Amino acid sequence: MTPRHPLRGVRTLLYKEVLRFWKVGFQTVAAPVLTAVMYLLIFGHVLSDKVQVFDNVGYTRFLIPGLVMMSVLQNAFANSSSSLVQSKITGNLVFLLVTPLSHWAWFTAYVGASMVRGLSVGLGVFAVTAWFSPPGLAQPLWILAFALLGAGMLGALGLIAGLWADKFDQMAAFQNFIIMPMTFLSGVFYSVHSLPEFWNRISHLNPFFYMIDGFRRGFFGVSDVSPWLSLGVVGGSFLVVSAIALRLLKTGYKLRH
Amino acid sequence: MPAVSFQQVSKTFQSPRGPLRALDGVRFDIEQGEFFGLLGPNGAGKTTLISILAGLTRASSGQVKVMGHDVVADYAAARRSLGIVPQELVFDPFFSVRETLRIQSGYFGLHHNDAWIDELLHELGLSDKAGANMRQLSGGMKRRVLVAQALVHRPPVIVLDEPTAGVDVELRQTLWQFIARLNKQGHTVLLTTHYLEEAEALCSRIAMLKQGRVVALDRTANLLAGTASTMLRFKTDQPLPAALAAQARVTGRIVQLKARDAGEVELQLAALRAAGIKVEDLEIGRADLEDVFLEIMQGAPTSEAMA
Repeated sequence: MTPRHPLRGVRTLLYKEVLRFWKVGFQTVAAPVLTAVMYLLIFGHVLSDKVQVFDNVGYTRFLIPGLVMMSVLQNAFANSSSSLVQSKITGNLVFLLVTPLSHWAWFTAYVGASMVRGLSVGLGVFAVTAWFSPPGLAQPLWILAFALLGAGMLGALGLIAGLWADKFDQMAAFQNFIIMPMTFLSGVFYSVHSLPEFWNRISHLNPFFYMIDGFRRGFFGVSDVSPWLSLGVVGGSFLVVSAIALRLLKTGYKLRH
Repeated sequence: MPAVSFQQVSKTFQSPRGPLRALDGVRFDIEQGEFFGLLGPNGAGKTTLISILAGLTRASSGQVKVMGHDVVADYAAARRSLGIVPQELVFDPFFSVRETLRIQSGYFGLHHNDAWIDELLHELGLSDKAGANMRQLSGGMKRRVLVAQALVHRPPVIVLDEPTAGVDVELRQTLWQFIARLNKQGHTVLLTTHYLEEAEALCSRIAMLKQGRVVALDRTANLLAGTASTMLRFKTDQPLPAALAAQARVTGRIVQLKARDAGEVELQLAALRAAGIKVEDLEIGRADLEDVFLEIMQGAPTSEAMA
């Protein structure tokens, strides 16, 4: 009998989830990098003379961390959500449902693979955009902390969306009406201080704002709010979203009827 | 310890037209090493019962155990003991046959399982398709991969849910020879099928489900012995006399009449002659499982069957 390894199951699922997006890497990694570069070229070019957010930071340089983080978040979400919803619709999720893998194993593998995809795209965006205008690395630990937490939270959020959605259009609705507005209204393209008072306050209720602000802190050493506050908000959000995802997996929500 | 134990399993689904009782107090055991058949018409609850066994569906009440492990409380051990070949022809389009089988092994905690994977590929006639992407395979080949996937972890209990639906003769032969060999080696097999001749040939014991209840549970031989044992078959273009028509099973031109013994056959032939019915291809044979099945499903008395 072949020996059984306790962590082999979760490692296999993580490997399979990474392999799944890597096999179509042109669509899952290269395409989002190109999109982000387009944003940089167009917004950076049009607005570079008109917007000054931080002292001594040009608009193109300001934009790069926001675009990197936006790519990390959107791709982390897309990975777990699309994998789950596809497996549910095509029916091949049954291969996973009949295995002894626990809800912790599902969570670790799906969120882990989402983080790998989000961070791969983020790294790609950074590598290409930094070539135009290197943003600097003032406090790299903040970069690492917010990239990991942000990718993890969006991976877990994608897991919830993937469990909830029964059809591709429901998934698209989740993405277009929740994830997209939250990323665009988080300060990727501007500092929330440049917004009118009302919208400025609304932005402070958006956890995505703290992810981007904290992440940007790592590059420039300045931010709209304290990075410790951001870390608290993002860390707390990650724990809440993870707890919900784990709960849904444990109860077999929309998986085991 | 039985290989599989269903204890008063009930399942009610919520449907727009109110609650739907798919299973109603199903209770039976499958002993280790048995080749067991689960039969019933569409909608009888076979797939629901198997889904509960596999942990895909949860029972509303009752308990299911695989090799002594509760499928809910001790799900990991129960699922390690179980290999399920699903009814739907599903596959993951991202991977090759070998990748699919390696991944499935990994889910069960198995690494370096290639010797067994190679054996499975060989036994199921898939060796030359190992590197092919799942999308490139024909329906029959995909079905073979489903069987291999269910067996990667060498489960003591194998469940086949309609494994030969829409499958060519060659695969049916290959598959049954392979499964029969696994059964001889000690694996317990639970089979649902629409092909009653397969169940008759392979299964030593059979349960029949009707509207979520077990209506027959016995050794295949006893089920066959318990029914009217003789069958008169012929073809005709003419309508049968009323007395015979009431007990006949008519499929196009083919008429089948049950009889308890040779004397009853003689009476039936006399009645046909008296009515001036012209018959062709007349033959007298033994009743098969299909006859038993229809008799039970039509609600005929099944005292022997309810053992």
